[in-house]
Amino acid sequence: MKFRKFKDNLFKSHSILLLCLAIIVFIALFVGLLVKSLPLLQAEKLSDLLLGSIWSPQKEAFGFLPFITGTLWVTGIALVIAVPICIMAAIYLVEYGGNSLRKLVLPLINVLAAIPPVLYGVWGVLMVVPAVGHFIAPVFSVNSTGYSVLSGGIVLAVMIFPIMISVMVEVLKTVPQDLKAASLSLGATKWETITKVILVKARTGLLAAIILGVSRAFGETVAVLMVCGNVPGIPKSLFDAGYPLPALIANNFGEMMSIPLYDSALMFAALWLFIMILAFNIVSRMILKQMEERL
Amino acid sequence: MYKSIGVEAEKTQTINTQLPAHIEVKDLNLWLDNKHILKNINVSIPKHSIISIIGPSGCGKSTLLKTLNRLLDDSAVIQLEGSVLVAGEDIYAKDAEVTTIRKRMGLLSQRPFPLPMSIFDNVAYGPKIHGERNKKILEQIVHEQLVNVGLWNEVKDRLHSSASLLSIGQQQRLCLARGLAVKPEIILGDESTSALDPISTQTIENLLISLKDDYTIVLVTHILRQARRVSDYILFLYDGEVIEFGKTEDILLNPKQELTQKYVKGFIS
Repeated sequence: MKFRKFKDNLFKSHSILLLCLAIIVFIALFVGLLVKSLPLLQAEKLSDLLLGSIWSPQKEAFGFLPFITGTLWVTGIALVIAVPICIMAAIYLVEYGGNSLRKLVLPLINVLAAIPPVLYGVWGVLMVVPAVGHFIAPVFSVNSTGYSVLSGGIVLAVMIFPIMISVMVEVLKTVPQDLKAASLSLGATKWETITKVILVKARTGLLAAIILGVSRAFGETVAVLMVCGNVPGIPKSLFDAGYPLPALIANNFGEMMSIPLYDSALMFAALWLFIMILAFNIVSRMILKQMEERL
Repeated sequence: MYKSIGVEAEKTQTINTQLPAHIEVKDLNLWLDNKHILKNINVSIPKHSIISIIGPSGCGKSTLLKTLNRLLDDSAVIQLEGSVLVAGEDIYAKDAEVTTIRKRMGLLSQRPFPLPMSIFDNVAYGPKIHGERNKKILEQIVHEQLVNVGLWNEVKDRLHSSASLLSIGQQQRLCLARGLAVKPEIILGDESTSALDPISTQTIENLLISLKDDYTIVLVTHILRQARRVSDYILFLYDGEVIEFGKTEDILLNPKQELTQKYVKGFIS
């Protein structure tokens, strides 16, 4: 008996310890990045760093705006492409396709999630970049190499399909059959039931799925880096090259030692990415909470 | 052919009544996933009366109810033979419009499922999807139906707050109002009081009795006392077959079939 009680207590203290470890990692990451970016923060004003658009480490000009806008462009494009497609796919799988189709397709989609990002990058270079350069850009009478934020967004969209679709399918499956029956029995068509009842009922869950997708998109590095051109300028259209924050860090991490403040600048880039993701998660959680209260 | 459990009953179980038949079920057989659920159902339900379908769980009560408004169309693999006539019209005919059929029947399910919108919009939902856009008329419908189910005084100050904030008994009355708002001819109740407290149950039962003058009401229930309280006729279903169909007092006090006797006395459940 004593031993069982001891085991019980041991497990409890163990769990607390592990929980603390997770929190410590989070804090240590933040503090570490902050300390490393301090030299840059002391040398330059924060507003100059965030709003400056000139990036020239040799001349000690560190404007991060191109990278921040690059990240936002790529993530935004990915979202615009992925959200409607994923919602429609999930609706089809749950409401129209039967159980057997779901059992066939969902594992396939999960395989997509397991493919390493570099393969998506290769696919992007081989297929998406030429497609954007040769076919999509000419439609808008734009000259583009294809290495652009649009290519980055497309590749990223495909990369967040699996997580968004599988979470959305689970969410839509939780809408009670009887609620659908209630709408149908009033003479609503299936489509009316989907748009006016099912999607409304499932909206918080769907938003949570989108948040998961966006969080993934924010930090995705290699695949995007391979297709979006990596030119440190502010992208003004879909067909301009961009340079997202993660790509900046990954591309320059080896050579930063030779230039003063360069390492601090890259750490600041990482810190800022960290803050953006954190802020995005906090804000979206607040929105979720409000929506839940209104339901 | 299938083997009957009860005594070979006459082909259609009709009741001697002055009232014309509203729903006629003819030679209905239904398979769900290749399982024979409803077996040779022949029933004729008179207009403006309350019919309770009773029977042990799993006997096909709810399935029978759902075939009446074609709610099974979308679920699982179904195979159906025979016909269901509503006011003489075959609802399983090829050219039958399923949304129109369902509009003619209000459904009250086991637990209330308010739509994820305000109280007002719940009631206005049906009329809106059938094309009613006039705000004045919608307001009038909502008012009328909420009064009808005795909910108006309780909710008139919060018509635009979420329906899920109502108590479960209020929600069930709201669902009834929502069903009545599309002006159906028939009300289908699927154990509609099983999630409610005794007082809410009584409210719903009284409501149904008061609605009998304008609607034909088909209820599924496993509570015999409820069937006695509200219904004019009782249909006893066992293992997918109609064993007996008749006036409430005949079925409960003088059942002709042995199975019905056993069920009414509580030997089988």
